[in-house]
Amino acid sequence: MKFRKADPLMRDLRRVLPSDRVRVAPLERSIMGRDASIFEGGRAGPVCFPISTEEVQGCVDAARRHGRAVVPRGAGTGLAGGAVPLEEPVVVVATKMNRLLSVDADQRVAWVQPGMINLDLSRALAPYGLHYAPDPSSQQVCSLGGNVGTNAGGPHCLALGVTSAHVLAAEVVLMSGESVVLGDADGWTPGLDLRGAYVGSEGMLGITTAIAVRLTRNPPAVETLLLAFDSVDAAAQTVSAVIADGIVPAAIEMMDKNIIWAVENFVGAGFPTDAAAVVIVEVDGLPGGVAAEADRVAELAVERGGSVRRATDDEERALIWKGRKSAFGAIAQIKPNYYLHDTVVPRTRLAEVMNQVYEIVDEHDLQVMNVFHAGDGNLHPLLLYDAREPGIMERVHAAGSAIIEASLAVGGVLSGEHGIGIEKRDFMPLMFSEADLDAQARLRRAFDPEEMANPGKVLPTGASCAEVNALGKVPEGVWG
Amino acid sequence: MAVVGGRTQWEIGGQCPEETRLVRAPAGVRGFDPADMTIRVGAGTPVEELDAALAEAGQRANLPVSPGATVGGVLAVGRDDLHALGRGRLRDALLEVVYVGDDGRLVTAGGPTVKNVSGFDLCRLLAGSLGTLGLLGEVILRTWPRPAAQQWLAGPCDPVELRRSMYWPSSILWDGEITWVHLEGHESDVKSEAELARSLGCEPTDGPPPLPAYRVPTGALEAGQPTGSYLVQIGTGMAYVSEPRPIPGPGPAVVTLHQRLKSEFDPRGRLNPGRDPLAA
Repeated sequence: MKFRKADPLMRDLRRVLPSDRVRVAPLERSIMGRDASIFEGGRAGPVCFPISTEEVQGCVDAARRHGRAVVPRGAGTGLAGGAVPLEEPVVVVATKMNRLLSVDADQRVAWVQPGMINLDLSRALAPYGLHYAPDPSSQQVCSLGGNVGTNAGGPHCLALGVTSAHVLAAEVVLMSGESVVLGDADGWTPGLDLRGAYVGSEGMLGITTAIAVRLTRNPPAVETLLLAFDSVDAAAQTVSAVIADGIVPAAIEMMDKNIIWAVENFVGAGFPTDAAAVVIVEVDGLPGGVAAEADRVAELAVERGGSVRRATDDEERALIWKGRKSAFGAIAQIKPNYYLHDTVVPRTRLAEVMNQVYEIVDEHDLQVMNVFHAGDGNLHPLLLYDAREPGIMERVHAAGSAIIEASLAVGGVLSGEHGIGIEKRDFMPLMFSEADLDAQARLRRAFDPEEMANPGKVLPTGASCAEVNALGKVPEGVWG
Repeated sequence: MAVVGGRTQWEIGGQCPEETRLVRAPAGVRGFDPADMTIRVGAGTPVEELDAALAEAGQRANLPVSPGATVGGVLAVGRDDLHALGRGRLRDALLEVVYVGDDGRLVTAGGPTVKNVSGFDLCRLLAGSLGTLGLLGEVILRTWPRPAAQQWLAGPCDPVELRRSMYWPSSILWDGEITWVHLEGHESDVKSEAELARSLGCEPTDGPPPLPAYRVPTGALEAGQPTGSYLVQIGTGMAYVSEPRPIPGPGPAVVTLHQRLKSEFDPRGRLNPGRDPLAA
C-alpha cells in the first residue's frame, strides 16, 4: 500500500510530528520491516520518530483512530522477530529519544530515554564508578528500550540477574494513549508488580518512553580466567562443578573449537586453537572472596584436565572479552549466514545437551559453533549456512526445532534472553498448556484489550479465549 | 476461596470475609539438585523447613525466614526482608509457579531454569499479588550460596556516606540517628569492610533493631510530618513507621490496570476476596 499525504492516517500523524519525522518512503519502510532476525515479509506502515512522551501519545492516538496497530521499535537488533511489523502498522521508533535524563549516584538510579544505546549508558556512568549490569553481546548497538522489551540478558547477568532486576520503573504509553509510570524509581511502591509484568512483554503492553535503571557499583577486584579443555564434556563438567561448589561468578562463558578458531583468526585474543573448548570465568567483588573463588575455579578446572590462564591486567582481560564479544562477527569468515539459537537447560544437563546439539547438526548436515552463557545454562548454538544453497533453510529450521525439543526434554525453556517474537511463537505450546497461554493472554488484555500493540507476537493464535481482534491476525507468508 | 499459610502476615492488604473457604497448599520439598541451585517445593512448605533443607547443601533462598510462615505465604505477600539491598528482591527468587486459576485450572508460569524469557513474566506479577490473581500451589526458587561470614554493626554515622564507602552491604537501616549495617561474604572481606564501618563510627552489634509496625514507601516519609519512630531501609524505597501515615495514592491509570488485571484473572472475585495488593 502506498501512503499519500492526503491519507487520513498520515494527515493525523503529521499533526503530531513534523513531516521529516513521519516517513513513508519505500526504502525506510523496507528497513523497518526487518530486525536482526532471519524473518522476512514484515511490512511497516508509516514510520514515526517521536522525541517526547507527548508525541508518542499522539502517534498512538492517531493509530487508534484509524484502527491501526502500533509496533514499538528500538535499535532493531532483536533476534526473534519481535520488532518485525505485520500488516503495515504504525512503527514508533525510539532512536531519537536517546538521552540520559538524570543520574543520582547516591541513590544508584538513572533515568534514561528508551533509544539510548546500552553501552553509552555504562560509558556515561564511568566517572561515578558505576555501571549498568546487563550487557548483551549487542551492547554497542542495542537500545535500552529494546532491552526492556526482551528482558535482555548478557554475560554478566549470571550473578546479578537479567534486565528485569535492573529496571526500577518504566514510563509507558498505553494503547489508550495514557502515560503511566510502572514501578518506582525509589525501588518500591505498593501494589502489583506492574513493572515486572511489563519488562519482557516484547512491545505488546505499551510503548516505553523512559526507564529508571538501577546502577551497580564497579567491583573493587576482578579476576578473569581463561580455561582450556581437550573435550567439550570436561568444559561443561567444570562449569557444573563451579556452580555446585557454591560459587556464583560474575560470568561463565563457553566457546567450542570452531568458534575459538574463527575468533582467534579474526581478533587474535590469544585463545588456544588446539583446545576443544574454552571457558571464560570472571569473578568480581572484594579482594578476599575474589582470590579464594578464582583459586577454587582454577583447581576445579585442573582436576578435570583443564589448563588455566589468568588475565594479569585490564588489557589482557579486555582482550579475552573482545574475543568473546567478537564471536558473531568472526563467523562471516566461514559462512555468509548464521542462525543464532537461544534455549536454556538446567546447568547439570549442559554436557548432555551439548552432545545432542552436535548430533542433531550432523544429522542435518550443517555446521555449528557454540558460544554461550554456560553459567546459567543458556545455550547459543550458531547454525552456519549459505542462504544461496537450495533447500538449506528447511534443514536449518529442522535442526533448530530439534535443538529446542532436546532442550525442553531435559526441563529447559524456549528462550533465555532473545524472547519469543515471531521466531518461537508457534513453539510456545511445547512449553505451555492451553491454560498457561490463556493466562498470558489475560495479562495482555488487561493492558491492551484491543490487542493493538505489536500484534501477532509471542502468543500463538488461539491462545486467547476472547474473540481474536482483526489486528491480531498474522498474514500468510511471514516466514521468510 | 483463600489459601491460608502460617497466618504470620494474614491481615496484610485486608481481611477475607468470614464465609471464605480456606484451603492449604501442598507442603514439602519436591525436588532439589544442589548443583542446579534451584529447588522445587509445595507452597505450603514452612520457610524454616525450606531453609533447613537448603542449609544442608550450604545454600539459601532469598526469602525471609520467619517462624511459622510458609513459602507460598511470603511469596504471595511479597515483602522483602531487611537484606533486599544486597541480596536482591524477594520477587526475583521465583522462577516458576504452578497456581490454581479462578476457573480451577492449574496454570504454570515461568520456567524451571535460572534464566528464562519464554512469554510474559507472570511470576513477577504473582509475587506480591496476595493470591488475588491465582492460588499458589508449587514453586521453583533460585538458591544462593550461604556466605561464610556475616556481621551487624551500628553507630551514629551518615547512611549515605556509609553506602558510598562500602562495596556491597546486604542491608543499611537508619532511624534518623543510628545507622545499622549488615555485611556478609568471605571472612577477610567482612573483616575489612567491618573495619571501614568502624572508621565511620559503627561498632559490632547483635542484630537489627525491632521493626516499626507499618511499611511505607520512603516517599511517604518525606511528605508527612514525622510522628512516632521510623526506620528507613536504605536503597530499597521502603521504610517502617510506628504510626500509620497517609501514603501518596497511585495514579488513576495504575488503579485501572489493577482493576483490569483482577477482572481478567478473576472475573467472579473468587480468589482471596477482601484483599487488595494496593493496600498491602
